[in-house]
Amino acid sequence: MRSPQDIGGLPEGPVNPSEHMLNFWEKQADGLRAAVGAKGLMSSHESRRAIESLGEDAMERLTYYERWTAALSLQMVERGVLTQDEIDAKVAEVRQRLADTGELELTSGEAEKLPAEQLP
Amino acid sequence: MSQDHQNHHHHDHDHDHGHDHPHAPPQPDDKVHSYYQILSIALKELLIEKGVVTAAQVRQFIEKRDSITPANGAKVVARAWVDPAYRARLFEDGNAAAAELGFPITGTRLVAVENTPDTHNVVVCTLCSCYPRDLLGLPPAWYKSRAYRARVVREPRAVLREFGTDLSDDVALRVHDSTADIRFLVVPQRPAGTEGLDEDALAALVTRDAMIGVARIEDGAH
Amino acid sequence: MSRLSPGALVRVREDYPPGHIRTPVYLRGKQGVVERYFGAFENPERLAYNLTGPKKDLYKVRFRAADLWPDYQGSPKDVIEADIYDHWLETMG
Repeated sequence: MRSPQDIGGLPEGPVNPSEHMLNFWEKQADGLRAAVGAKGLMSSHESRRAIESLGEDAMERLTYYERWTAALSLQMVERGVLTQDEIDAKVAEVRQRLADTGELELTSGEAEKLPAEQLP
Repeated sequence: MSQDHQNHHHHDHDHDHGHDHPHAPPQPDDKVHSYYQILSIALKELLIEKGVVTAAQVRQFIEKRDSITPANGAKVVARAWVDPAYRARLFEDGNAAAAELGFPITGTRLVAVENTPDTHNVVVCTLCSCYPRDLLGLPPAWYKSRAYRARVVREPRAVLREFGTDLSDDVALRVHDSTADIRFLVVPQRPAGTEGLDEDALAALVTRDAMIGVARIEDGAH
Repeated sequence: MSRLSPGALVRVREDYPPGHIRTPVYLRGKQGVVERYFGAFENPERLAYNLTGPKKDLYKVRFRAADLWPDYQGSPKDVIEADIYDHWLETMG
């Protein structure tokens, strides 16, 4: 019985050696993770456990920082820092705002197109 | 680009996958990706609004992350090559040795492992992506990939060959799976023909991939 | 004083508890040798739930690749090493 991330020894294909520079939102996610961690609100252990709880499909489908984002969301609710209602409302607000500026169709490669007003 | 698209669902990846058809309706995966990027923005805004973190703190951590590169690890390796006493200290206490050169390591223990003519080391985290970030910066995408994590404990020599590293049978391979709070730094062998080089020139030879262990530093490249 | 010393023969417990476990499945039930003692650390299985508890001794354990994989291609000297907590290690006679 394996957790979805416990993959040592499983058959897999060739290693893709291409480099990936973090795009803007990934850097923000990484910085946010570190800032939240520095406040003692999320340890790497809790994050890992949250990611493991996402299941097989998430492991396959979500990119690295998307998984960390999922973990952060779960953790903030678990710790009582945020409620799911607050998160859902803010997601709707951000989505609407991006739609209004014509930037809604985000894919991993297009996140850099976020308008400057979205940058902190 | 289409290659990336095919690999989209099967690999742990962080690369941009620009689409060939930017005006097509979003596919289900695009909606999932969009949701998580929006969620990331939403969480940041909420946490800043609530005073849990500040935008300045987020920026500081991004800057800190950007300031750490493999060049830091290369300096540690180069110092170990030229200074036997430092080398001994590095193997004894990696955190203290890194701090000596101005690279503090916090929250984890840095352990240096030594490549010799009969032993080669390579590092992985099969369970996630543990990596000596405080010394080397962010790990490469391939280090976090399913393919690397699954295969390097199973067929390490084949994986190393994919990186152009062919070990002879009389070299023993040590694969270090970083399953706890220990972070491993491979100290590559100093290549032949470098006796005349100063520390900076030596550090310039030390690559990130050699400090992970998928590569060696070849003799006579200088 | 740690329970195990470098050189001790150990076997990784062959259990499959749920939760956040840092002992990879590919090592469960496998025999190895303690390479090094790292000291006592907080247990990640509890830290994952924001709980503390008694610290656990942590060891670097070395496994022969040929013992882990029946069809291992490589040198008989090749080893895989992992950092494993005390409560996952049984001593061999």
